[in-house]
Amino acid sequence: MQRRAFLASLAAATALPRASWADAGSPAYLAAAADGAGAYFLCGISAAGERLFSLPMPGRGHAATAHPTRPEAVAFARRPGTFALVIDCATGTTSARLTPPDGRQFNGHGAYSADGAVLFTSEVVAEGSEGRVGVWDAARRYQRIGEFASGGIGPHEILRLPGSDSLVIANGGIQTDPSDRTPLNLDRMRPNLSYLSSEGALLEQVELPDLWQNSIRHLAISADGLVAFAMQWQGDLMEPVPLLGLHRRGEAPILCDPAPEEMFAMKSYAGSVAFAPGGQEVAITSPRGGRVQAFGRDGAPLWSVARADVCGLGPCAEGGFVATDGQGLVARLDQGALHPLERDSLSWDNHLVSLL
Amino acid sequence: MTRSLLARFAASSALVAALAAPAGADVPEAISKEILPGYQAFAEASEALAEAARQDCSAEALRGPWNAAFDAWMGVAHLRLGPVEDQGRALAIAFWPDPKATGARKQREMIEAADPALLAPETIAQASVAARGLFGIGRLLDGEMDSDAPYVCDLRRALAEDMARMGAEIVTEWGPYSDLLLSAGAEGNTTFLSPEEARQALFTQLISGLEFNADQRLGRPLGSFDKPRPERAEALPAERARADVALSLAALKALAGALAQGVGEIPITEAALDRALAQADWPEDPAFAAVADPGGRLKVEILQQSIRLARDAALEELGGLLGVSAGFNAADGD
Repeated sequence: MQRRAFLASLAAATALPRASWADAGSPAYLAAAADGAGAYFLCGISAAGERLFSLPMPGRGHAATAHPTRPEAVAFARRPGTFALVIDCATGTTSARLTPPDGRQFNGHGAYSADGAVLFTSEVVAEGSEGRVGVWDAARRYQRIGEFASGGIGPHEILRLPGSDSLVIANGGIQTDPSDRTPLNLDRMRPNLSYLSSEGALLEQVELPDLWQNSIRHLAISADGLVAFAMQWQGDLMEPVPLLGLHRRGEAPILCDPAPEEMFAMKSYAGSVAFAPGGQEVAITSPRGGRVQAFGRDGAPLWSVARADVCGLGPCAEGGFVATDGQGLVARLDQGALHPLERDSLSWDNHLVSLL
Repeated sequence: MTRSLLARFAASSALVAALAAPAGADVPEAISKEILPGYQAFAEASEALAEAARQDCSAEALRGPWNAAFDAWMGVAHLRLGPVEDQGRALAIAFWPDPKATGARKQREMIEAADPALLAPETIAQASVAARGLFGIGRLLDGEMDSDAPYVCDLRRALAEDMARMGAEIVTEWGPYSDLLLSAGAEGNTTFLSPEEARQALFTQLISGLEFNADQRLGRPLGSFDKPRPERAEALPAERARADVALSLAALKALAGALAQGVGEIPITEAALDRALAQADWPEDPAFAAVADPGGRLKVEILQQSIRLARDAALEELGGLLGVSAGFNAADGD
């Protein structure tokens, strides 16, 4: 839909007592994007891959999180983040701007509580990169109401477990220079996957002692609570290591080794992770390797697809996955085949956030 | 050389002629002048190595043909797209660096087991990529794993056959893959959705090829000032690491020139590559042993810096001409 038509349909919709995601054109996905001239946007994308809206952002975005009921999304700045914008996707306006407290920086991701009353943000203490979860009152104009420890250094993605208010957070383990993104502790990092209650109690923590240089950064969760965690290897690039792990609370993690011929295809880097609908397949993307690798729940490799600069990944309602890349492609991936859906003039940034 | 392989070369020569027709354009130029001839040269050289091994699989008889095959591979080693990426061929032909010495370990297991069944073509094709190809054969020619044992001789022959098979397959499969690059943007081509994507794909090979020389071929032996690692030089016993850098840079310069063909001039990139090529020419230090000595180390560091400057020049100059850049997400990282 063109933006003008979209706004016109919004005008018609304003008579409704309460806006819903249908009023935002029912996007299936949200994604940050950039044009060639240095402008940045948060976009809604339909299930068919069309861009439904693009709202200007003050700087490069990274990921977003959608409110469970209202057509409202929080778009996070690229790390080290100084802003997050609450966007009313039905009207195309910014309804609130979140600024981290002094000495804190956003890390690009966030998650809502099940009822949508509270927003949790992944943050670091700028000096030392100690992880924090910021707590914001989503019912009262996003006032900050607290924070708690994330359970590690340099947290990145945070998600809520389905059917609960518990959180899972990827503590990447990397301490960075507060003024830029220079890593400071690659020789002694300690990433972990932490489960936290919504009050901040540490419920469970997973570490991979043999892979301590594998920064746990991105997460996906299946409907039955299996957590997939994607990693970025900071050790020797020629050392083949798994970049995906699967974990269920109370159990040992399963590491997903790629097929031998795919061992170096990802260039030691996974950028996004997603489950396909039904949760039987999980995939990771690597823009550096130009590759998507899919695995089964047992950790066995299933298929791979080559696509330059691919990074955003989400479930496809029809089965398989939808991926986005820096060339503007939105494509469906299914059983090792790539089916282009749409080609946009914008470059899609790191993540595709599913609203399914 | 077998007849079927000759027939394949004949077929792909016809393809080269056909491709040369719409001359003066970047992607067809790179395919017809650099990529296809490069893979043909490697297929011929690896077939010559296999043929030599059929006659005599002793280390002495194979060192010459092995070096020739290695030289030919340096002309195409930077190409990491298309058929070479299928079935892990690129790794099975050249598994380096190998920081955990996986290749040597796997080969030791094979030699200890001395199982003749393992040498059957279809079985060796399934063996660990780390144990095969140029580095697998090279370890059996020089150094600790070279031996007169009949099984080692048979293993050399089997690995040479396996590599010749891959070389011929790559040549055959580049026919249809060329069509994909040349029909970029056409209906039904889901690999390259626009001509820019085909240019981007080849340009990326140039940039990552330059980076591999700087970061791996030079970076690994350089290590750090306090801890130089000359033992990490590529193909160390054969003392050809410096020659590999020179051969690779020459091939990358030719690729850059082909990509610029018909779209403009790249004087800064070419001058930077010439400078690096001149610095790479230092026959007294064939395997970068000089990294352990402060004066020699500086010369290797200067070469590394020159290659990085050539990379930057190509990104700016050739990237600008082709209207492509390093990937939006690939260059970011988070």
